[in-house]
Amino acid sequence: MMKILTSIFLGVALMAAPAVAQNTPLRIEITEGVIELLPFAAPDFVPDTPAAAQYATQLSRVVAADLTGTGLFREIPANAYISQVSSFDAPVQFADWKAINAQALVTGGVSVSGNTLTVRFRIWDVFSDTELGTGLQFTGTTDGWRRMAHKVADQVYSRITGEGGYFDSRVVFVSESGPKDERRKRLAIMDYDGANVQYLTDSASIVLAPRFSPAGDRVLYTSYESGVPRIYVLDVGAVQRNVLPTQEGTMSFAPRFSPDGRSVVYSLARGGNTDLYLMDINSEQSRQLTNAPSIETAPSFSPDGSQIVFESDRSGTPQLYIMPVTGGEPRKISSGKGRYGTPVWSPRGDLIAFTKQSQGRFHIGVMRTDGSAERLLTASFLDEGPTWAPNGRVIMFTRETQGAQGRATLYSVDISGRNLRPVRTPDGASDPAWSPLQK
Amino acid sequence: MKVSSKLAALGLVLAVAACTNNSPFAAGGGAGGADGANGSVVPGSPSDPRSPAYFQQAVGDRVLFTVNESTLTDAAKATLQGQADWLLQNTDYAARIEGHADEQGTREYNLALGARRANAAREFLISRGVAGNRITTVTYGKERPIEICSQEACYAKNRRAVTVLVANVTG
Repeated sequence: MMKILTSIFLGVALMAAPAVAQNTPLRIEITEGVIELLPFAAPDFVPDTPAAAQYATQLSRVVAADLTGTGLFREIPANAYISQVSSFDAPVQFADWKAINAQALVTGGVSVSGNTLTVRFRIWDVFSDTELGTGLQFTGTTDGWRRMAHKVADQVYSRITGEGGYFDSRVVFVSESGPKDERRKRLAIMDYDGANVQYLTDSASIVLAPRFSPAGDRVLYTSYESGVPRIYVLDVGAVQRNVLPTQEGTMSFAPRFSPDGRSVVYSLARGGNTDLYLMDINSEQSRQLTNAPSIETAPSFSPDGSQIVFESDRSGTPQLYIMPVTGGEPRKISSGKGRYGTPVWSPRGDLIAFTKQSQGRFHIGVMRTDGSAERLLTASFLDEGPTWAPNGRVIMFTRETQGAQGRATLYSVDISGRNLRPVRTPDGASDPAWSPLQK
Repeated sequence: MKVSSKLAALGLVLAVAACTNNSPFAAGGGAGGADGANGSVVPGSPSDPRSPAYFQQAVGDRVLFTVNESTLTDAAKATLQGQADWLLQNTDYAARIEGHADEQGTREYNLALGARRANAAREFLISRGVAGNRITTVTYGKERPIEICSQEACYAKNRRAVTVLVANVTG
């Protein structure tokens, strides 16, 4: 795995005003439902050497794409620039950037030595004539140049919004091809923006609903490799898989890691009845969490690992319930009309995303963990399976179109319901699971 | 259920019977066959009452369910009674019951629903005397529709439990 070293760019640290990130007018409050996009300029990064030139332009393009992709920023095109940035260390001509209303300016320098790529960058609050935070530099391999761009963009995003970033992350999903009645599915992984797709399984068996481990190094998923649905754990780096030793003669699915990565909560169907179980990965011992004649599935841990939200039809229709990991009576949290499924606890702990089926339509929605303040973010023929960005501000999900030519695609939407957009994948795609921010 | 006289003596083999994309009456395709004309029984053909093709087409290899339900309708029970009778007479075969759901539901819930449906069919067969160790179940949820339109006409056929014959290894 590529290693990225982060170091404070000392020369710049002296110039930085420590409090500027808190008091600057250069600030987006995401929760307010932003209408005005924040204009920024990201001129081509400056190559220190000719070998760095090809990366310099690409890096600034990926940074700009990350920022505009949030639906919070608007890039000012290069043909509007008055001054050009030809040296990373040259003073910024604030007046020239003010004149074109670039409220934020991202400048960068790139050097290449062998396979090592170093990116330095600074973020400027143009209308305050100051740098926003301190300059940083990232060092990695030339192959990993996109990751460094995402790390730069994460810095810009989080300094301006006050939220954690999410661009340096990956998505594991199910790549789909073939007609609807002969769909071929294989596990795939990609950068959050659809770049660098890599396949993790072949399409010989149906695979479903992958989930990352908290460290992002393993993936749980369900496969029909043995003829019936069973749970597998895949090492992402080595692309090696092992079956989770659930009880013989049963079907198991819907696996998710606990936040400490040591346990897996999953559904097990036996005698037609599906309940939730918790397995300790080291000891391979399972404990039954629910014992009801109803369907209990689609579990998700709270970030502190103390509770599990899940889907159950014990009331007659699928609804959302929360129970303590230690056991105890589940309490119902969904209260609206319709069928609720696939609850996923936000990494921030504040919200639960879900799928809702109501009056022939499907929605992705969010509610507080007590079930209040339900908001539907999307509506279509079939939306399902939300997954949270590492910062808990964006949700990715599957949207399937209807009819004989129906096709599944990934979409993302922010938690205000704005900025709905498709995520580009080579083929059809479903069941996305967002990784934590990479280290 | 009746066997169409148009059904060809294609000698449908187990592998074909196991293909869930193959609708029960599609295989004949009007190709014409000798059995209907001269009354002889071609072993392995749908006219051979001991053949998987007969089981699939004459007995009926599948039962259908109403939306979100796994209870057996009267029609389903009648079909399963025929399956039980056949299985009791043809002990060379075991059964794998595949439970399916339509596309109107989330993926994992539909897996659980398909498991329920397959089990409902299995329990019925057991109640009619078929040994439990001859019947396994698997759920496909909404992963293997046989009809691909997004209307009730298709959904009704996709909400199914299909009994697939396999070699009986339990003896």
